[in-house]
Amino acid sequence: MFDAHIVRKDFPILNRLIDGKKNIYMDTAASAQKPLVLLNRLEKAYLEEYANVHRGSYWLSEVATENYEKARQIAAKFVNAESPDSIIFTRSATEGINLVAATYGLATLHEGDEVLLSRAEHHANLVTWQQTALKTGAKIVYFDLDDCGNFVWENFEKALSSQTKIVAVTAMSNVLGSIFPVERICKAAHNIGAKVLIDACQFAVHKKIDVQKFDCDFLAFSGHKVYGPTGIGVLYGKYDLLKEMPPYQYGGDMIEQVSYEKTTFALPPARFEAGTPAIVQAIGLSASLEYMMQFNFDDIEQYEAELIDYTTKRLLDISGLKLFGTAKEKGGVFSFAIEGIHPQDLAFILAKEGVAIRTGHFCAQPLVNALGYNSLARASLGIYTTKEDVDDFIVALQKAKNFFTNEM
Amino acid sequence: MSIENLIDDFSFLDNWEDKYKYLIELGNQLPHFDDTQKIEQWKISGCQSQVWIIPHFSSSTLSFQGDSDAIIVRGIIAVVLEIFNDKSAQEILDIDVEEIFDKMGLREHITPNRRSGMLSMVDKIKFYARQSLEEKNEYSRVSS
Ligand SMILES: Cc1ncc(COP(=O)(O)O)c(C=O)c1O
Repeated sequence: MFDAHIVRKDFPILNRLIDGKKNIYMDTAASAQKPLVLLNRLEKAYLEEYANVHRGSYWLSEVATENYEKARQIAAKFVNAESPDSIIFTRSATEGINLVAATYGLATLHEGDEVLLSRAEHHANLVTWQQTALKTGAKIVYFDLDDCGNFVWENFEKALSSQTKIVAVTAMSNVLGSIFPVERICKAAHNIGAKVLIDACQFAVHKKIDVQKFDCDFLAFSGHKVYGPTGIGVLYGKYDLLKEMPPYQYGGDMIEQVSYEKTTFALPPARFEAGTPAIVQAIGLSASLEYMMQFNFDDIEQYEAELIDYTTKRLLDISGLKLFGTAKEKGGVFSFAIEGIHPQDLAFILAKEGVAIRTGHFCAQPLVNALGYNSLARASLGIYTTKEDVDDFIVALQKAKNFFTNEM
Repeated sequence: MSIENLIDDFSFLDNWEDKYKYLIELGNQLPHFDDTQKIEQWKISGCQSQVWIIPHFSSSTLSFQGDSDAIIVRGIIAVVLEIFNDKSAQEILDIDVEEIFDKMGLREHITPNRRSGMLSMVDKIKFYARQSLEEKNEYSRVSS
């Protein structure tokens, strides 16, 4: 059975005190803490197995290359890709999405074409397509969620048209927590000939990715949110599409033949990994993904579902608190506002109590504005979050609230 | 109230609750901006709360008004204005706010996380000071 109390022990940072207080880390949605196995793996890679990859014919380079390519295989297993050749290592989800927009997007979008997004996209997905639309003359179309943040099939279906060429949606909103029916979205989009890019940044933390079951064309996530290093991300693409796409950046490692006049490019994934890649970060990520895969995702989901219910109840018990995102299918993020108290004021007090939450627009400014705010507070769960963490968070929140209520 | 008094007051308060209450009290003495003042031109870009700073230039000194939608930030603005108001441009540029905030025990507000607003506020104030110095130099060059 899954037990977060045991899992916690794998994350040394959770035991450190914050200014003498227990570390109540409720900001996993922004970036997750790191398990010791990752740190050990990074150390081993640098201390014992480090050299550049794909180049030297000496032992260290061979081991580094082997580990780097093994990381690709592990990432492929993590998303259940048909082949590791469909896995491109990027800097982050942001870069993955930009890569697709700058290659597939620029090469295929024309005036009058439509790119379909939800109104809950992260700037990484929203701004990227908005700017790609400006360059190509394509149009961005948005579909609405309902007031609770539920994905509404009719809204999506209505927004889908014969002009839709790309559907780019999150699998889980980082503001509302809503889970999108990815498989059904892909099916409907494919029926009208559109391609689908899934932003799996938040989804990957909480649920099992299966690109073959989803049948998505592209899927991107960031290493640092799935308990891995910063500076590394994964982009999955269907191989047949990748093969047709022009390069993203130019340089070493992505070429087949170069003359002074002309260059031919390597096949994917190499074509999309110009220059020396984030070798050790990729290897580190593979340790984190293996760490996650040792758990049964069903167990994690069940544990989280209970913790989500519990957290929701405790939050709603606080008078004047408004919770945004209560979709039937949701992951562990809780965006909220307390009447009359600015989220940043709340966060200052919570920080003093050792509680880390995020405030602001969470890189989804249009959505937060549409909810009627400039700024919200957000708490989020990870695999190491316990019921006690939630209790401590709620106590601190109540204390913060009283602090301001008595002040005003 | 002088900045020395403020430093004394803050260092006398030995827990964060009292420091924050005092900050809020100082903030409460700041007049609220009306909608004509809360405009893009005066807004300090920052992620978490909205902050507006309006500069006023006189022949020898600069002074500022400020407001925010977060009440602790209003307190911070009150302290920042106390530090910088009615100083010459050169004086403003020479002030080390970090040291002052450190002495007051408000270190967390001077971390490089500019989103907390405080450092971007100070950057903007120093920008206005620099601007006013340059204009003066320009003027003296033209008139001499
Ligand atoms: C849903 C979603 N998409 C994209 C991103 C961007 O991730 P990164 O900044 O790691 O590229 C995030 C992270 O905040 C996210 O939550």
